[in-house]
Amino acid sequence: MPEPIVELRDVTKIYTLGKNRIYALNKVNISIEEGDFVTIMGSSGSGKSTLLNMVGCLDLPTSGKVMINGVDISRLDDDGLTSIRRNNIGFIFQQFNLIQTLTALENVEMPMIFNGTSPEKRRKKAMMLFERAQLPPEYEEHKPNELSGGQQQRVAIARALANDPPILLADEPTGNLDSKTGNSVMKLLQELNSAGTTVIVVTHDPKLEDFSNTTIRLQDGVICDENC
Amino acid sequence: MKIADPLKNNMYAELARRNLKRQSIRTILAAIGIIIGVIAISSMGILGNTMKLSVTDSFADVGDKLMIYPAPGEESITEKQIGQIRKVAGIDEIIPLRSHGERVEYKNEESFASVYDIKEEGLESLAELEEGRYFKSGSTDCVVGSSVAENLEVSVGSKIVIDDSKLRVVGILKERGLGFDIDTDSGIFTSSEMYEKLYPDEDEGYSSTIITVDDINELETVQQDIEDRINRKDELITVFATNMITESIDGVFDAISLFLMGIGSISLLVAGVSILNVMLMSTMERTKEIGVMKAVGASRKDILKMFLLEALFLGVAASLIGGLLTLGGSYMIISFIMDDSAYILKFSNIIYILEGVFFGVGTSLLGGMYPAWKASRMKPLDALRYE
Repeated sequence: MPEPIVELRDVTKIYTLGKNRIYALNKVNISIEEGDFVTIMGSSGSGKSTLLNMVGCLDLPTSGKVMINGVDISRLDDDGLTSIRRNNIGFIFQQFNLIQTLTALENVEMPMIFNGTSPEKRRKKAMMLFERAQLPPEYEEHKPNELSGGQQQRVAIARALANDPPILLADEPTGNLDSKTGNSVMKLLQELNSAGTTVIVVTHDPKLEDFSNTTIRLQDGVICDENC
Repeated sequence: MKIADPLKNNMYAELARRNLKRQSIRTILAAIGIIIGVIAISSMGILGNTMKLSVTDSFADVGDKLMIYPAPGEESITEKQIGQIRKVAGIDEIIPLRSHGERVEYKNEESFASVYDIKEEGLESLAELEEGRYFKSGSTDCVVGSSVAENLEVSVGSKIVIDDSKLRVVGILKERGLGFDIDTDSGIFTSSEMYEKLYPDEDEGYSSTIITVDDINELETVQQDIEDRINRKDELITVFATNMITESIDGVFDAISLFLMGIGSISLLVAGVSILNVMLMSTMERTKEIGVMKAVGASRKDILKMFLLEALFLGVAASLIGGLLTLGGSYMIISFIMDDSAYILKFSNIIYILEGVFFGVGTSLLGGMYPAWKASRMKPLDALRYE
């Protein structure tokens, strides 16, 4: 049996609010195989954002182990986490989070710059990813605010793919899009998944479940079965 | 094929440029601070230095000498003392002098000059001739300095009148400028015989003595030797080296320059604080952007580099503008005040402009350091959540 690409073992995250200790995650065990399309469902406050941050190496657990591609991230420092993120995880945000000073194509190039890819290579690759995200080339030189929401999210997806990460991590990717545009974005993610990338979508929207092959439900920091 | 993309070469530099442009008014205001600071610091330095140059340029460049005067309370330097000095090693020439301030007439012109009794060889080594020849010993001839010749409108062959005695001018000296030995420009030089005829009652001793040395580096040793020899029991003579005077004048002006630059640097300090302020605002505003960049793989070093480059660009651009404005402005002011714009192009003035630019860039970098460091330490999660 191959090693899971994402594995959480007894992960607990506690936030302290005043005198109260809040268990955002309580002994969560998750195992995601390479090539999976996973939806993490839960209402607000269920701990899904915390879980996403753990998998995205943006936050560390209070206890337990988070393994990304075989590496235990809880032992890493800031730069170590950065390098794991850079090479293993492509982020897709609800707000798209494109850099406004950069053109659409430059936004796609950005992760490759941090990776030290040569200018010619990263330009070529960015143009290729642009195509793959089904964006017409005439948008390459546009600034993000000149693009529609759906187009911006496609640019963000292209950016997420820049360093060929094995994992795509999407946080409410359709939250700021109308349902038709949202659908097409999800279809794009599905296509990328069928090409081999592991996709993890965090959402509270039950409609997104249809695109994935596994659903993990969270409530009050614990995984529950389908009925919760 | 599209036109060459700026990001191709250096994305960090390009991002810095765009971010500065994004907040153009703020950038310009911060730059003005640095520009003013650079102008202040370099123009203050130039002001002090030009003052120094204009003073020291009027000094004669005649090499360093030792001057000997009778100590306070002593009448004159005696022939015996000259004999003792002669025994000191390292002396090239000893030029004993007697002098007297005197009114001089020629035709209708009148002037005040110092009449010197000097040996012909001594005068030869002190000043060059513009025209004519040096006087012969024993003669009643004289050689006059350039100012004297100009004031009295005498030429070679004229006969000037001192105290009813007539002296024939046989030579006129080249203009030499202000010296710390004697002022040859306003001197009248003649033989001992003529001098004694003019001032029969005067003491036999010398009023001063000029000493040149073989090796200029031995000036102080020779000075010490002479003092040791003659002032053994009582303070009979005073010896000083002319370079001490120029050095102390230089020192005073250097101190003035430094003081003025210190005042100028206060404005640069203020500019540095404004850069700090501007960059801190900019990191706050771009918190989310920093978070995104960190999420997609920017390391601390990448973020640090980005913000430092911004401060560097701002600093370099503003400092260069400040430097150029200083160069142009002081060129105009100096040529207006001093009628000689060549001063501004002196290397020592250019140095102050370079110094101003250097400090301008340095201040910007210092001002940008803390914000850049702060940005690089942001936790990506907190930064992403920032609204």
